[in-house]
Amino acid sequence: MGIGLIGKKAGMTRVFTADGIAIPVTVVEVPENYIVQIKTLEKDGYTALQIGAVEAKEKHLTKPLIGHFKKHGVKLLKYLREFKVENPQEFKEGQEIKPEDIFSSGDLVDVVGTSKGRGFAGTMKRWDFSGFPKSHGHRYHRAVGAIGNRSDPGRIWKGKKMPGHYGAEKIRVQSLLVVDILVEEKILLLKGSVPGPNGGLLVIEKSTIGYRKKQQLKQKKLKSLVENLLKVGEAS
Amino acid sequence: MSRILEKLNNRYLPKKDYPNFKVGDTVKVYYRIKEGDRERIQPFEGVVIRIRGSGTDKTFTVRKESYGVGIERIFPYYSPNIEKIEITKIGKVRRAKLYFLRNLKGKVAQRKIKEIKKWEYEAMQKRKEEARKEKEKALQEATQDTETSANLND
Repeated sequence: MGIGLIGKKAGMTRVFTADGIAIPVTVVEVPENYIVQIKTLEKDGYTALQIGAVEAKEKHLTKPLIGHFKKHGVKLLKYLREFKVENPQEFKEGQEIKPEDIFSSGDLVDVVGTSKGRGFAGTMKRWDFSGFPKSHGHRYHRAVGAIGNRSDPGRIWKGKKMPGHYGAEKIRVQSLLVVDILVEEKILLLKGSVPGPNGGLLVIEKSTIGYRKKQQLKQKKLKSLVENLLKVGEAS
Repeated sequence: MSRILEKLNNRYLPKKDYPNFKVGDTVKVYYRIKEGDRERIQPFEGVVIRIRGSGTDKTFTVRKESYGVGIERIFPYYSPNIEKIEITKIGKVRRAKLYFLRNLKGKVAQRKIKEIKKWEYEAMQKRKEEARKEKEKALQEATQDTETSANLND
């Protein structure tokens, strides 16, 4: 666990290393993030930082929320998220958190987002069932098939994979590489894909499994990509 | 492409001085290949059948026929491994994607693309350029006219 940031997915593209390897990257726009509240052991029973981002108008917030922001002397913000930290005394309320302060290129991060909603989906889409033949006399194509036995057990097992609502749920993608941080443009480049549509809200935090041996080997392996990244010009 | 992705172009888009090739042209792509410590340049010559994407994501596909077998190669437009590109033939086609070439073979496929000689192409470009300039001139005069008339009205 550690401090994280609120960002927005802008889309995917690719960047090159000097020796011609194309890296698929997700572009994450990071708006100004502020620490709204610091939760302490004495007062709240645990230590955490409440971080907010994206300025909001007064008419779009509830009165209790406006009061909360005024109490801590922070701008009115649209989104709030909490991050458990062990050293809350190092931070100040109202302080701006920048991506370059907590991440550097070459780090591993987790990204939490809401996946694209797919509505009421069948088992082939939702659970990767293989379905039935499309031809050769079949009249049963994408349906579920058998879902249980006969009189023993005489019921359907709990948790049986069936059609239903799919997507629009919280998903955490673990251990993505930070390829580059563009300070002036307020952009993070992460290797690989993240959940949700373009413009979707994301939470980026330090990888929870980054300390594992396998992840560290991966990080070491990918180090050359970050070092050899082909940069043309500085910020315009 | 979104506005935010366009910001990346300043940072990651290498300057490439390729000739202005388009779909239907026959090009020779000099691609750098690394074999252990050695580096060599391999040319790949064929017809451009597709140009897609924008920004760093732009790619083009080159198709050639080798011993009766069709070979297609997709090159990232901004790949640092492309040494240079030469246009060997300028072709005139009526489609943006020449996927129909995949079903044709040999001479039949070649005949589908009308070759334009270089001087013809240059003359065409020149004519286009002149027409554009004339149009601009006319437009400028027209705006000046309206301005002067507006002044008179004052």
